[in-house]
Amino acid sequence: MNKNWPLWEVFIRSKNGLHHKHAGSLHAADAQMAMENARDVYTRRMEGVSLWVVESKHITASNPMESGELFEPAHDKVYRHPTFYPLPDEVKNI
Amino acid sequence: MKNIAELEAQFQAKVDAEIKIEPKEWMPEKYRKTLIRQISQHAHSEVVGMLPEGNWISRAPSLRRKVALLAKIQDEAGHGLYLYSAAETLGIERDELVQQLLDGTAKYSSIFNYPSLTWADIGAIGWLVDGAAIMNQVMLTRTSYGPYARAMVRICKEESFHQRQGYEILLTLCRGSEEQKAMAQDALNRWWWPSLMMFGPRDADSPHTAQSMKWKIKRKTNDELRQQFVDVTVPQADFLGITVPDPDLKWNEETNHYEFGEINWDEFWNVVKGNGPCNRQRLEARQAAYDKGAWVREAATAFAEKRAAVAV
Ligand SMILES: [Fe+2]
Ligand SMILES: [Fe+2]
Repeated sequence: MNKNWPLWEVFIRSKNGLHHKHAGSLHAADAQMAMENARDVYTRRMEGVSLWVVESKHITASNPMESGELFEPAHDKVYRHPTFYPLPDEVKNI
Repeated sequence: MKNIAELEAQFQAKVDAEIKIEPKEWMPEKYRKTLIRQISQHAHSEVVGMLPEGNWISRAPSLRRKVALLAKIQDEAGHGLYLYSAAETLGIERDELVQQLLDGTAKYSSIFNYPSLTWADIGAIGWLVDGAAIMNQVMLTRTSYGPYARAMVRICKEESFHQRQGYEILLTLCRGSEEQKAMAQDALNRWWWPSLMMFGPRDADSPHTAQSMKWKIKRKTNDELRQQFVDVTVPQADFLGITVPDPDLKWNEETNHYEFGEINWDEFWNVVKGNGPCNRQRLEARQAAYDKGAWVREAATAFAEKRAAVAV
């Protein structure tokens, strides 16, 4: 038997209107314990109004070795940004 | 496939450009090992550090002091957890880290091998021990390894109340009776030098410093941090009206720093080697906590498995 409880990732919404944001991780035997521990460890100072806990094994992460293939093509697509289209100063509200 | 020299050069270029290193990215094996050793040692220190303070929870002089001390110690448990989690991103398991503490292969800060004899010690620990830790931790918010830096940001936010509650304890004692002030002085006498030792050996005797600075794991040397600590702490002692137990301590107008006496390095190494006043007691307490918690860990696992089976 693995001596370690499963690892969980903790996400906190700091206030309504904002995304949940990754805060850290912890070990817990099940989801309920993960939730209770997340509350005790990560929200002792009013850091959040909502918590998500996700068992780490369910997260598929991109491989850092493939970052080039994944993200570099975006570099030469400057036409996706508004500054690619220069307009005369006289044109307003655009 | 790139060769190691190329990968190392790329890695160093990233570090030099202040780009954080994240888990699973390529890193030199020695960088990984150094981080695991340093982060786990730091985590163990947070956990063992609860023991000298826990000693005083039931004897805190008022409810206000008691809730503050409880909250502080609970924070330290959290700090241990953030740091263990950061170490685990480097590919080591929690149980392995705990075993390294229990079998003595991993160290923790030697300061926690000193006993907390009086209530004034709780003040001195918050002020000096947390104060010294904060110096180090503020520097580490800029460390090159992302998860370690992020853990430090959280920790630093929580630490400042620790130091203030400690200082407030001493301030109250120093404004009290003669006996109370004497207690504060006695605590300073016993905690001052071990606090200076917290920054580790002198730079000249610290063979790993150069590499750690190059990798930006550390951003300041032991001696730099120690000097910074003395410079900010001595005026705080002056304000309390108690005396730093160092006859060589004096302000240097030209350097704008305090000069201070030589640390007893024999004592330092002796405590590191396990011969401090409480080394055995601390490890026995950790071992007992681990052993007594075994049935809880097993029961929780069994319960989770049973519930998962029912749910299917
Ligand atoms: Fe701490
Ligand atoms: Fe602390």
